[in-house]
Amino acid sequence: MINSFEILETVQMIEKQKLDIRTITMGISLLDCCHSDINIACDRIYDKITSCAEDLVKVGEQISLEYGIPIINKRIAVTPISIIAASADEDDYVKFAKTLDRAAQTVGVNFIGGFSTLVHKGYTKGDMNLIKAIPEALDITETVCSSVNVATSKSGINMDAVRQMGEVIKETAERTADRDGIGCAKLVVFANAPEDNPFMAGAFHGVGEPECVINVGVSGPGTVKKALESVKGKSFDVVSETIKKTAFKITRMGQLVANEAAKRLNVPFGIVDLSLAPTPDVGDSVARILEEMGLESCGAPGTTAALALLNDAVKKGGIMASSHVGGLSGAFIPVSEDEGMIAAVNSGSLNIEKLEAMTCVCSVGLDMIAIPGDTSAHTISAIIADEAAIGVINNKTTAVRIIPAPGKNAGDTVEFGGLLGRAPVMEVNRFSSEDFIKRGGRIPAPVHSFKN
Amino acid sequence: MKGIITVIGKDKIGIISGISTKLAECRVNILDISQTILQGYFTMMMLVDLEKMNISFHELKEKLDIVGSQLEVSIIVQHEDVFKSMHRV
Repeated sequence: MINSFEILETVQMIEKQKLDIRTITMGISLLDCCHSDINIACDRIYDKITSCAEDLVKVGEQISLEYGIPIINKRIAVTPISIIAASADEDDYVKFAKTLDRAAQTVGVNFIGGFSTLVHKGYTKGDMNLIKAIPEALDITETVCSSVNVATSKSGINMDAVRQMGEVIKETAERTADRDGIGCAKLVVFANAPEDNPFMAGAFHGVGEPECVINVGVSGPGTVKKALESVKGKSFDVVSETIKKTAFKITRMGQLVANEAAKRLNVPFGIVDLSLAPTPDVGDSVARILEEMGLESCGAPGTTAALALLNDAVKKGGIMASSHVGGLSGAFIPVSEDEGMIAAVNSGSLNIEKLEAMTCVCSVGLDMIAIPGDTSAHTISAIIADEAAIGVINNKTTAVRIIPAPGKNAGDTVEFGGLLGRAPVMEVNRFSSEDFIKRGGRIPAPVHSFKN
Repeated sequence: MKGIITVIGKDKIGIISGISTKLAECRVNILDISQTILQGYFTMMMLVDLEKMNISFHELKEKLDIVGSQLEVSIIVQHEDVFKSMHRV
């Protein structure tokens, strides 16, 4: 039998250290929903989502009850809509976003990802229409999340798309100005976007994926921090081992829930995403883990090294615990969704440049960062270009989810509420990148991508 | 299906009796039981067999919540697999 110490450890991880399953995300292929009549295509999409995901929320709640582990979100990711919508005669794709929103609300999920497109090498007609529809779609829908992949290590960076996304982000912020620009919190610009990511806002169901699949994302920064508290002052060898063991346990929980959900929904299991996903709650912060390693505040010199160690140890521990690992699988550093990050920005120890450096060694990128509302589209595009370059050169996923908060200046705060949290508005370098962004074209793929 | 019931709270007379009576009512069989005092708190763990249970898991949880509030302890019931998957390779 399991001994009492082990039982108590697990119970405390859940009750006190906020260990939870962050999301069960059902990936659904919409490839069979294409039609030249947009209304027929939308009906097919609605019917397919609502029938595949009919029991998703119910099964999630059952598992949560029986296993005594909170499952915070039940979500859906679909095939990038630009691919499905390309067959339609009409060019206004907002209708597709409304359909996704309606389907999501019918099955009771809180987010649906896949109002997305992949334009790393160029645009199709569908890609162009979709990007054009993003600001309005994110304004008038509640649950729809959008993502645009502008670069890959294999094909380089599409600088025309980078330029356009700066403008789209600005327009989205302005359209949702009455809600502090919340539309931008549902829009991710990717380099090397993964096709099986269960986390929002960047989730979509890639074309290489099966008909329907269950992907699970775990959480647990509080558990890792608690474990590190017991090895205060010990060497990094010990720190790394401790994180590995904790990550193993957290991921095993994710694997168990993923297997069970897949079995009960009669859908194949896809992957577990190992990412340590924080929340704005106290005791659920990635920044506090870094500080536990000996930094006075997140952002202090040493932060990048601490994060590199954390990210690597989480992977090493997690990979053995799951039969298939995928998605983003690293440490997340979203500012508005992490209590310690918010505190570090407010105390002046963390700025955008340091965050950019940190994104070189962890998953994702500049995530949930509010910047002054008067930041120009060119500057936002240039920030996207920098992040994309980090991703392309390092063969990793990077992303930008940035909110130019309308009417706000550095030092103000924007409130999104819930898991999206609240973000201190951060100062951005004021020198112009306009002529750089105006060039357009493509930055070629790096030499080390030519491996064949 | 086997479950693990964890009880944590201030020690007092009647905790085991209160819980085991309720479990017997629901036809839940206690297979193993251990208790200890940890940092001043009464901590008890039970391995139980839920195969012959005459109510749903949800109802059992609700009933134990009521017993827990009467005894002023927290009672958590979970599927045994949570612990097995986390602590056994």
